[in-house]
Order: sequence, then structure tokens, then C-alpha cells
Amino acid sequence: MADDIEKTAKNSDAIGTAVAPPRHSEWRRISRVFFGRKLYAIGFAICVLLILVAIFAPWIATHDPLKTDLRHKLEQPSWTHLLGTDSVGRDTFSRIVYGTRTSLLIGFTAVFASAIIGTLMGLAAAYFGGWVFAIIMRFTDALMALPGIILVLLIAGLAGGGIPVVIFALGFGGIAGMCRMMCGQALSVKQNDYVLAGRAIGMSDWRMMLTQIFPNAFPPLMVGITMGIGGVVLGEAGLSFLGIGVMPPTPSWGGMVNNGQSYLLTNPILSLAPGVAIMLLVFGFNMLGDGVRDAVDPKLRGVL
Amino acid sequence: MAAVLDVQNLKTYFHTEYGLVKAVDGVSFQINQGEIVGLVGESGCGKSVSILSVMQLIPTPPGEIVDGKVLFEGDNLLQYKANGPQIRAIRGSKITMIFQEPMTSLNPVLTICRQLTESLELHLDMDRQAARERAIELLKMVGVPDAASRVDDYPHQFSGGMRQRVMIAMALSCNPMIIFADEPTTAVDVTTQAQLLELMKDLVTRQNASLVIVTHNLGVVARYAQRIYVMYAGRIVESGLSEDIFGHPHHPYTIGLLNSVPRLGEKHGTRKLVPIDGLPPDLINMPPTCAFLPRCTYKVEKCQKEPWPALRAVGDQHYISCYVDIREK
Repeated sequence: MADDIEKTAKNSDAIGTAVAPPRHSEWRRISRVFFGRKLYAIGFAICVLLILVAIFAPWIATHDPLKTDLRHKLEQPSWTHLLGTDSVGRDTFSRIVYGTRTSLLIGFTAVFASAIIGTLMGLAAAYFGGWVFAIIMRFTDALMALPGIILVLLIAGLAGGGIPVVIFALGFGGIAGMCRMMCGQALSVKQNDYVLAGRAIGMSDWRMMLTQIFPNAFPPLMVGITMGIGGVVLGEAGLSFLGIGVMPPTPSWGGMVNNGQSYLLTNPILSLAPGVAIMLLVFGFNMLGDGVRDAVDPKLRGVL
Repeated sequence: MAAVLDVQNLKTYFHTEYGLVKAVDGVSFQINQGEIVGLVGESGCGKSVSILSVMQLIPTPPGEIVDGKVLFEGDNLLQYKANGPQIRAIRGSKITMIFQEPMTSLNPVLTICRQLTESLELHLDMDRQAARERAIELLKMVGVPDAASRVDDYPHQFSGGMRQRVMIAMALSCNPMIIFADEPTTAVDVTTQAQLLELMKDLVTRQNASLVIVTHNLGVVARYAQRIYVMYAGRIVESGLSEDIFGHPHHPYTIGLLNSVPRLGEKHGTRKLVPIDGLPPDLINMPPTCAFLPRCTYKVEKCQKEPWPALRAVGDQHYISCYVDIREK
């Protein structure tokens, strides 16, 4: 009994002199949630690995990816040709390594371009409202009414192939989604008192959008962007497979799957290897996107 | 004393799906230098809309300032574009605001420092370092402990009362002439309320600024305001010095308000609290007569026929908009 009282007294003492709880860094929380799940960590590792492969391609590749060697065409995997050679004797492994560059280049540029344009449009639409909103939203409606693949085929078909055209075609198709997502987010952020408070201290429209609305509306878009990269890489593979994407001889995974399909029964590795590469990349970025969503979503704060 | 702000016949209407809402319908008020003024009324009577109109912060559409003048330093503020450079130069530097909800009035992704220095850099052209030092100084001034380290915290690391202190610091940062406080203490507990009000009064007096407290809490204005405007259904129904409003209220609505709140020092059970019967009028279908008529216990025949009475003097600086002469004991 007396012990209890003493304890309580000690506790209340502690309350009286309690120091502020330790500051939690937001970054630490995010990384804890993110790396706490194995699957997300694996996705992150795959993405990092692929980026490293793309950067150090010349050191990793065993052969020149463009060099044909008709005497050694359609070889099975061996120690000289890790994944065999294709119908004109090019080393499949080296082509896949260099293909990482193509895929990531297209993936990143197309997604970032569409994210930047879409974000600006969505932000402007939500902030200004009225006729600005009407025009931008009708434009995205029109863009969304076109089936994505047809739009991409149309642009790629009209302009011919090549990396810039693929980036443009896939990026253009992505604008509508980004714009809508940003617009929705910005509209809800705009309702907050701190936006009014920002206007009350005399911020300009531009500054309001930049400091008050954008940073608060952006986190959900990060998920869209990471997942978008996987989607664009898949789209590029599809276009190249159809023969209107990246032009040969530039190594591209989709194109390689296409080239290999005639030898599917004799040399399945020709199509399988780039196919697995595509799958790996898309899986990696999707997992990364999931992880980012769980880590930055304020609604899950405290739950995870 | 010269009026710093002179609002004349302000009318702000909202175009809604259900019809035209005359949220503010011909409101006039003056704010003198160094004065604390209370703007009192129940929810939806147009208090907040009035001050937001002065700052041109009404969302347009659906809102629209239809008529009126806001004279500040010889300029009619309503002649400027809603978010144009002239009005922006005044907002946040000469006229500032403190909002009701400290929990949502600060941007959650920026540090306190960034938010405090924003207006300093904007209006006073301070560089980063100077603005930061001034921000710390401001936080100390409003009583945030350990200001030098807390300045780099984010709003979610602050409690409600502390955030409201930050809001006060923001409002005072550029030495404004007028501060509008829109229900500044509604969202915090009573102890904090008193602290914040004392703090505001103290700081405003020191800077010789004017403070307009918008509230539905008569206790708040009774203690701090020198002059009071009572609003009902988009109009001012009574205005006067604080002592007059509380000592000799003349308008039936003010009398009703005062009868419905307990007073400190009153002996328990000596007086019954009398609520005002009925509901505030529907702002879309306003009667052509006095809007308080249906709830009024003093009405006479004249009230049923004549339109809403204009303000008339019943004493020095004391005005009411009512036809009836009430002798309140």
C-alpha cells in the first residue's frame, strides 16, 4: 500500500518534470514502414539493381550488343554466350543488359513528362476553377475517350518508330490520368483553412499553388508515377513487339521477344529471357509503388 | 480618434442552387486606431463573411460583393481585383487575419519557420537569415517555449493552443494596423482561451494596432472589446461602447442574447436564463420587415408594416435598428 503511494508519487513527479517526447523524423517512419515489408524491399532492390545495370551496361555486357556474327547464330547458352545468340548472332545477354537502358529511358522520361504536364494542368484546373477547369477537364475527357492503345498506335504509326516517338506516344496517353489525379487531390486540399490563410497573408496565385496546394496534393501521385513506369515499359515492349516501337538494331526487350518468336520451339530462351526481364522490371516498380503508397499515405499513419 | 478602416454599406451575396443568400446586407462599421472591436452574432449571421469581404477573400463564385465601400488609408479596397497585386500588398502586412481552427490553418508540410518567414520575405523583403531570426523572436513573443528549436518543427508537433500562438505570431509579424480574429478561441479550451486573449490584447496594445474579434461568445468581447457591433441576419442591429451594450442594451436581440447567458457574480437561482424563442431566419426568404420580428417579444404594430429600420442613435456612439424604445431595467 505504502509502496503504491510512493510509486504514484514518483510517477507524478516524473510527469511534472517530463521532457518533450523524442522528435520523430518523418523520413525515419516512412523508411521503417517501407523496408519493414519484405516484398517492398525486394521491389526496391530490383529497381535499384536494374538502374545500376542500365548505368554500368558497358561493363556488365560481355559482347557488343549490335555486333552480328552469322557464324555463331542461334547458339544455345554457353559460357561465351550466357543466354545464347539470336538469328544474326548477337549476344542475347548483352542485348538484354543494353535493353535495360532503353526501357528505363523510355519509362522514366515518358512518365515524368506526363506527370509534369498532367500535374500542372490538374493544378491549374483545380485552383482556378471556372472556365479553366472546364477546358482542361474536357480535354482530358477527350483524351480518355480514346482507347489508349489506339492512340499510341496512331501516334507511333504516323510518326514512325524510334525512341522519341515512343516516349511521346506513351507519355501523351499518360497525361489524362495524371491530370485527373492531381485535380482531384488539389480540389480537396483547396478546401483547407491553410489555403485561405495563405491568401490572407498575401501570397500570389503561383506561390499558393507551389507551397500550399502542390506539396499537400502530391504524395498520392508518387504512387501513380512509380507504377506508371512499369506500365510504360510494358507499353514500350508491346509497341516494339508490334514492330512500331524502338527501331532495330537498338536493343529493346519487346523487340527481342518479337524476334525470338519464330524460334520459340528451337530456341525458347530468345523470347523468354527478355520476357522475364520485362516481368521483373514491372514487378519491381509495382512493388515499389505499393510500398510508397503504404509509407506516405497519411490515412495509414499509425496503422503500419 | 481617426478611423483606420471604414466599411460602408457592404453587401455580399451568395448565388446558391436554392436561391440568392444575402449573407451580408448593408453592413457599415468603423475601426479606430488601437481599438479592440467585437463583432458579435450567432452562427450564420454574416460576421465572418463581413470580414472576409473586407479582405476580398470571399470565394467567387458563388460569392459576390455586390455593393459597398471599404475605405482603408483613403483607398476603396473593393476597387482592386480580388487577388491583384494591390490587395495582396495589404493582406498579411497591413491587415491580417487569425483563423478559427488552429489545427487546419497551418500548412502541414511546411515547417513553422517557413510559414512564419513567408510573409516577412513577401512584405518586408527580409532575407532568409534575418527572417528566421525574426521568426524565432516572434515565437518567443507569443510565448512558445524553446522557440529556437521549435521553429524547425512541423505543425503536427504542436498542440492546438501552441498552433494558435503561431497563428497570432504570423498575424503580427509585419506590424499590421488591423488584425481580424475570426473566432480565435473557439477551438481551444477555456484556460487557453483566456491566455490567448490576454496575449492578443497585450501585443495589440503594444503595437498600437486595432483588433477585431469576431465571436459568438459574449464573455470574450465583454472583457476585451471597447466597442461592439451586434449582427443579426446579415445586418448590424446594435452598436455601441461595450459598457452601453452590456449595461443598457436597447435592441430586443441584444437583450435576448444577454438574458440567455449566465453572468459571473450572479447569485445562484436569482435569475432564470431565458432563451430566444424560434430560429434565425432563412437567409434566402428574408421577410421584408425586420428579420428579428418573429422572435421578438417587444414588437409593436409598426414593426409588421414598415421595412427593416435603419440604425438610429439612442445615445452617444450607441445605435440600434429598431422602432421600439425599450426601457430595460
